[in-house]
Amino acid sequence: MSPLLDITSLDVDFGGEAAVRDVNLTLDRGEVLGLVGESGSGKSVTALSVLGLLPRNATARGSIRLDGTELLGAGERALTRIRGDRAAMVFQDPLSAFTPVHRIGDQIAEAVRAHRDIGREQARTRAVELLDLVGIPEPALRAKAFPHEFSGGMRQRAMIAMAMAGEPDLILADEPTTALDVTIQAQILDVLRTAQRETGAAVLLVSHDLGVIAGTADRVAVMRDGRIVEQGTAAEVFHRPREPYTRQLLAAVPRIDAPREPRPPTGGTVLKVRGLTRTFPVLKGTVVKRRTGTVYAVDGVDLDVRRGETLALVGESGSGKSTTLFELLELAAPEGGTVELFGQRLGSLTPAEAKALRRRVQIVFQDPMASLDPRMPVGDIIAEPLRTQGADRAAVARRVPELLTQVGLDPAHADRFPHQFSGGQRQRVGIARALSVAPELLVLDEPVSALDVSVQAGVLDLLRRLKEELGLAYLFVSHDLSVVRNIADRVSVVYLGRTVEAGPVDEVFARPRHPYTQALLSAVPLPDPERERERQRSRILLAGDPPSPTRRYDGCRFRTRCPLYVQLTVDEQKRCAHDVPGFEQDGAACHFPRARTVL
Amino acid sequence: MPSYLVKRLGYHAVLLLAAVCLSYLLASLALDPRSYYEGRQPPLSPAAVDHHLTALGLDDHQPLRERFLHWADRALLHGDLGRTIDGTSVDAEFGRRIGVSLRLLLAGTVLGTVAGVLAGAWTAVRQYRFSDRAVTVISFALLSTPVFLLAILLKTGAIWFNQTTGTDLIQFTGEKSPGVDGGFWTVLGDRAVHLLLPTLSVALFALAGYSRYQRSSMLDVLGSDYLRTARAKGLGRRAVLLRHGLRTALIPMSTYFSYGFLALFTGATFTETIFGWHGMGEWFVNSIGKNDVNSVVAVNIFAAVTVLFSGFLADLLHAALDPRIRKTS
Repeated sequence: MSPLLDITSLDVDFGGEAAVRDVNLTLDRGEVLGLVGESGSGKSVTALSVLGLLPRNATARGSIRLDGTELLGAGERALTRIRGDRAAMVFQDPLSAFTPVHRIGDQIAEAVRAHRDIGREQARTRAVELLDLVGIPEPALRAKAFPHEFSGGMRQRAMIAMAMAGEPDLILADEPTTALDVTIQAQILDVLRTAQRETGAAVLLVSHDLGVIAGTADRVAVMRDGRIVEQGTAAEVFHRPREPYTRQLLAAVPRIDAPREPRPPTGGTVLKVRGLTRTFPVLKGTVVKRRTGTVYAVDGVDLDVRRGETLALVGESGSGKSTTLFELLELAAPEGGTVELFGQRLGSLTPAEAKALRRRVQIVFQDPMASLDPRMPVGDIIAEPLRTQGADRAAVARRVPELLTQVGLDPAHADRFPHQFSGGQRQRVGIARALSVAPELLVLDEPVSALDVSVQAGVLDLLRRLKEELGLAYLFVSHDLSVVRNIADRVSVVYLGRTVEAGPVDEVFARPRHPYTQALLSAVPLPDPERERERQRSRILLAGDPPSPTRRYDGCRFRTRCPLYVQLTVDEQKRCAHDVPGFEQDGAACHFPRARTVL
Repeated sequence: MPSYLVKRLGYHAVLLLAAVCLSYLLASLALDPRSYYEGRQPPLSPAAVDHHLTALGLDDHQPLRERFLHWADRALLHGDLGRTIDGTSVDAEFGRRIGVSLRLLLAGTVLGTVAGVLAGAWTAVRQYRFSDRAVTVISFALLSTPVFLLAILLKTGAIWFNQTTGTDLIQFTGEKSPGVDGGFWTVLGDRAVHLLLPTLSVALFALAGYSRYQRSSMLDVLGSDYLRTARAKGLGRRAVLLRHGLRTALIPMSTYFSYGFLALFTGATFTETIFGWHGMGEWFVNSIGKNDVNSVVAVNIFAAVTVLFSGFLADLLHAALDPRIRKTS
């Protein structure tokens, strides 16, 4: 039988620049092909060229056949007939991928009607059915919602429903889970597999995440610089990679099941946070502002960071991680709770004390492009904190080359601008800037989440080395548990603004006690096809989205999604509903903690 | 949503009251109606001047506070804006001139707006092609032509047309030909012929402006992910461009539309003068020239109402076009 999709010697250029070179791929009916690679490797471009959705300045050569029909060079009319009907797409960012002014249900119904001669009402009914199929609760009601009223996970479900509308033979999924949290990602991958089962479609799954690919793809193709460097079954590529690049890529991925060396015991406490809270008012009205509600962004966070130690602060988007950081860096009295930095309690500092303290705590931001002034040479960027602290010209001239060398950059490049560096190098500049005033505590806000895995590994190594050399303490905020396992000594998990579990990484990862930590760990995909498929069977899938932080919850705030709660007796459930579970250092904020191995 | 709109209307009423009172005070301080009477030929006796001023409620021997209270009582409580400096009723003049302005500008503005939106969307789709560049050049030429020049060019063109065809098909002075009598259709036809040039001149300006705004807003949308999604669904080009593209690209335009409405009533002084129509713009200029306090205040009230109404309309239009606004507001 001839393959469903047959791509031969595909070349794509963007305004004369090569994006894809000599790509050959085949995809059989019902098969899942994972297309993996780092940013700029041409994987998305390959997927987009199948349906002729490349930007206007792109030119494609070669051949793309869908069930024998040549698509490359086919007219817009011919392609329109195929799009959505024979082959459908699921895009990455589901917020920008829906038209903001039309209702979700209408947009799906439109896809239904695009290729079928059926009435408006029938199409609407079908749209509701599809929403139900992808697990949207109350689908008839939610079909009337606008895209902005959906959460990220629900939008991605709706996007999959839309792709299923035409019962396609081929689904092209372009980074379908990249913008989502790990527990939501697990839900969506599950839905995608359901969609594949229901429609019997073949799937081209494009992702940079080897774990996602490992758990879903039958065959894998690895792309680099526009070319396919290796292709084979998932088992072959993951377990017996032939190409050095594939091996390198697999080695660079931080793994949540990687063995760890025991870490030496650590020194005195540099940061101690107890019961930190921070609320934001929800305002209404144009002339007279009235407070109509409150966002409880941080609602009881406890942290302990010791000298020479890395504490990872882990949580999903909206859990209050970043707000916690910015509260600490204010160096002002917290709204609620206490913060002690180097033994000094925030709120009672004189301006001079605050200035001295500011030197001892520095931050590295997430996005290395946005956090560096594009019009300043990196030498000046690094020197700025020094000058602020009153360093003289000679000291600055001595320190800047020293710092650049320390972070693995060439001191001769001090007069270059940020855009002349790669993403990983820019993050190194950010680290050098933070280190310039010799801080003792470094706050890192998702420092590697914007970087490709191979670059990520380099930055993580650098951070580890600097900590050893300079005896630093890190407060490391991350949503990526594999990275946390790789770099952190201790971990603190927050859910909806509250610390739910903390402890040494080895202990928490091996024997998580809070059901949320268990779900979080269980949702992380492993870059290992066999183990990942095994994990999928026992995966703890959390239902729905995190609840809104605009209200305070009686009792345990996790109980609405807790897999343990439903198994409890009525009396036990009452306790969860009424008593807020307490949190002690190195414990779990759960009334019925049961350690459970999920890795 | 209705309660939100009612609240907005409430704010607007307060603002309107403040604007009206301030414009009366400002006009009374800045204008000198006495000089208008004193400059009359043949000269009036001081007693006659005083008599006229008292009749208008503008006697400058009276303290401003009293004059204002008197005016406020009459204007705000009884809706009587007094008399013009020439002794006619401001209210009547007001009503007549609004009608004139409306007839003069409405068709042109609506026509120009619709044509501008379509031209903008079309040129965005055809970015950097010949048609896009041609429309761009024409638009900028129009935008940089002063109103009076364009109007005179149109008139010259009309004269040439009339001479070549040997008819007087195109009329360009006033609202109607004097002495036209006959059935409803004859009068209507005569009025339409008079409207042709003013409508064209207003429409051309609206078209030039809106097409620029719409083009850039449409270009933003054309590069968006959701347009790609719409194509990936297998929708035809028309549906993609109109239902998903233009529909979303209209949102930022709502502000321009409503303030275009504002210009409709207050900004057409030149157009009125050149085509010999007696609308609000002409009234405003004339009444300042004559130191006619009551008329200036009336025009100001009108402008204030138009500004606030435009803002209100912008809110409405924005909410109607963009579901993201409705919930939060």
